[in-house]
Amino acid sequence: MAEGPITVVIRGGRVVGAGGARRADVVVEGGTIVAVEEGAATPPGATVLDAWGCLVAPGLVDLHAHLRQPGHEEAETVETGARAAALGGFSAVVAMPNTDPPIDCVAVAEEVLALGRDAACEVLVAGAITRGRRGEELAPMRELAAMGIRLFTDDGAGVQSGAVMRRALEYALGIGVTLAQHCEDESLAAGGVMHDGAWSSRLGLPGMPAAAEEAMLARDLALVRQTGAPMHFLHLSTKGSVALLAAARAEGLPVTAEVTPHHLALLDAAVEGYDPVFRVNPPLRTRDDADALARALADGTIDAIATDHAPHPPEAKDLPFDQAPPGMLGLETALSVALGALGGILAPEEVLARMSSVPAAIARIGPADRPAASAQGGPVAPGAAGHLCVVDPEATWIPDAHRLASRSRNSPFAGTPLKGRVRHTLYRGVPVVVDAEALQ
Amino acid sequence: MSTLTPAEQELAAAPRVGIGPHLLSVADLGAEGIAEVLRVAEAFAEVERRSIPKVPTLRGKVVATLFFEESTRTRLSFETAAKRLSADVLSLAVASSAVQKGESLRDTIETIEAMGIDAVVLRHRSSGAPEQVARWVERAHVINAGDGWHEHPSQALVDCFTVRQVLAEASGVAPSSLGVACFEGLRVVIVGDVRHSRVARSEVLAYSALGAEVVLCGPNSLLPVSLEGWPVKVAEDMDDAIAHADVVSLLRLQAERGSGSFVPSLREYTAGWGLTAERVHRLPPHAIVTHPGPMVRGVEIASDVADLPAVVATRQVTNGVAVRMAVLFLLLGADSALEGLGGVRG
Repeated sequence: MAEGPITVVIRGGRVVGAGGARRADVVVEGGTIVAVEEGAATPPGATVLDAWGCLVAPGLVDLHAHLRQPGHEEAETVETGARAAALGGFSAVVAMPNTDPPIDCVAVAEEVLALGRDAACEVLVAGAITRGRRGEELAPMRELAAMGIRLFTDDGAGVQSGAVMRRALEYALGIGVTLAQHCEDESLAAGGVMHDGAWSSRLGLPGMPAAAEEAMLARDLALVRQTGAPMHFLHLSTKGSVALLAAARAEGLPVTAEVTPHHLALLDAAVEGYDPVFRVNPPLRTRDDADALARALADGTIDAIATDHAPHPPEAKDLPFDQAPPGMLGLETALSVALGALGGILAPEEVLARMSSVPAAIARIGPADRPAASAQGGPVAPGAAGHLCVVDPEATWIPDAHRLASRSRNSPFAGTPLKGRVRHTLYRGVPVVVDAEALQ
Repeated sequence: MSTLTPAEQELAAAPRVGIGPHLLSVADLGAEGIAEVLRVAEAFAEVERRSIPKVPTLRGKVVATLFFEESTRTRLSFETAAKRLSADVLSLAVASSAVQKGESLRDTIETIEAMGIDAVVLRHRSSGAPEQVARWVERAHVINAGDGWHEHPSQALVDCFTVRQVLAEASGVAPSSLGVACFEGLRVVIVGDVRHSRVARSEVLAYSALGAEVVLCGPNSLLPVSLEGWPVKVAEDMDDAIAHADVVSLLRLQAERGSGSFVPSLREYTAGWGLTAERVHRLPPHAIVTHPGPMVRGVEIASDVADLPAVVATRQVTNGVAVRMAVLFLLLGADSALEGLGGVRG
């Protein structure tokens, strides 16, 4: 980084705020936004970034990224994952705890946070709910909470035992943290490699029924009602889940939920050619499901968009479909894919909010939980932190699997023209991505 | 060297319907392709009846059989077919190969392709593996010899060939004279574990492409989760279903793949969906019963019933060679044409 405070002027864009976007230049100095006004003067020595035709939004926040470190550095590291995130417009990501060893104790959490200290975006961690993510004994959540960790999940798997989940919720409520569930009843989903339906039947692949997700979601909603503990639901993927969640919200249960860009944009039919890049958990579902998820996002039943960025090295995806591990890359394409899938359903400004201020609040790193000068998720206003995402909603581009910042190449969108591209990303007032190229 | 027989002359003369470059699914063939395989197979069936049942058609070609899952008849059938066409056969024994040392399917394929093979006959427990292999090869033809629960195209072709043969005999005509018109309106009942059966998926595609009416019958827990887009009807009751059947295709209950747990007991399965001695009398006298083997006597078919003339399982095995010769010939022999069918050209 350069010596002394860096001054940046983002010129010519439309700044996203409450009630839409308005033309304004943004001046960031020493890590903090100092001016948001039309025709702002350029301070001496300032870097000027062109934002003509672009939306200027708070830096995006991803609730759900697998950075694979420690343990699977061949797939991703905190450094490469954070760079991929920055290229995708993110200024903060929550690293999932299914590493090896898992983030189920202070030592591993500290290691990941230390690795993230000089990364291209803020790296937070989610802790495991249970030791070893085995679903049996609770992880030391209080110790982890003392480090500032606010989200806990055994993601990659759901907590199978209802009794363990009930205890976890009771305990979490007492120490003021939120549990996040990967809803998948393994007795129903075991052996399945894609959505259980018309395509699995035709392709002769074992299916994971929608009921595997919905059964656990229904159980957990009952436990939220029972315990009063707040809960976040990861990567919901079915129409039935949307209905369950809508009823829970109508009842006033303290729940939040996310959906991935790929569940909005891709369908189970994509598995037709048996390309393992399309194997993901939860699996790609039907048109009906994808439509219901988009509507749920529009009407607020689902709060946020999260990537579930899941890198796997090429050799792991060069296997028969049912032997390849589930998961796909997401960070670098998330905003483009979400804008494309939600065109006509959700205004770009609202898509940006569902990827910045809303997830920041769920992760408890927004202005309600942190001083303005370090908060994630906006607003783009004087006094706020210089975490910014500048996106050109009209630019088209074609992701190249071999030119991604991620260590892995398992992007289902490689070679697919996408509309809407992140142009610049600022983290702590420093441009980390300029003209869609990562600096550093 | 002999001159061409009438069947060989037909083979040489008729315009060839292009098939290939791979045979991954019956859907790759369509009705025309299936008709072409049956026509060519008929000519090879005649070759097989010779004292020296061998032709030099694929001399110099190398066919590799790659079986990642146990199989006796399909592997032997393909290897015999390749040898009768004078191809060199390279048989990879997976149990003793580098695969056991952790080599991936992709590397195995690239390695054997580098040895200059012309075709890979692949059996794999993963659905879709042949389709992936077809994307990885540079020039070799890929033949699906059974993938997971997905497809077993050559078996469905054998079944069609055998059914036509029996129909021709019943009418006292040559099978080739029937073309594929004999399948129009034929009522084919596929019985048993359709959900986990690659034979069933290929048969549904083959019979329906040829105009037959396909009915599925089995415990609901062993039928596919969704039949959306399948050109089939479902019969609830086996007795009713077979009473009007022209062809009954019995599937094996794949107990070794856990399909046993999809029904309360083998006894209950047999009572509901087995071709028992009592039930067999409901079959119309002309009905043909096929079984892809291996047969589990006492489960899907009673032992005495299995030996009735209506059951053509042995014939299916015999015909397997001619049909697979046709598949290999149509995929690999397209350029060398009939250069040596009888050894008379040139």
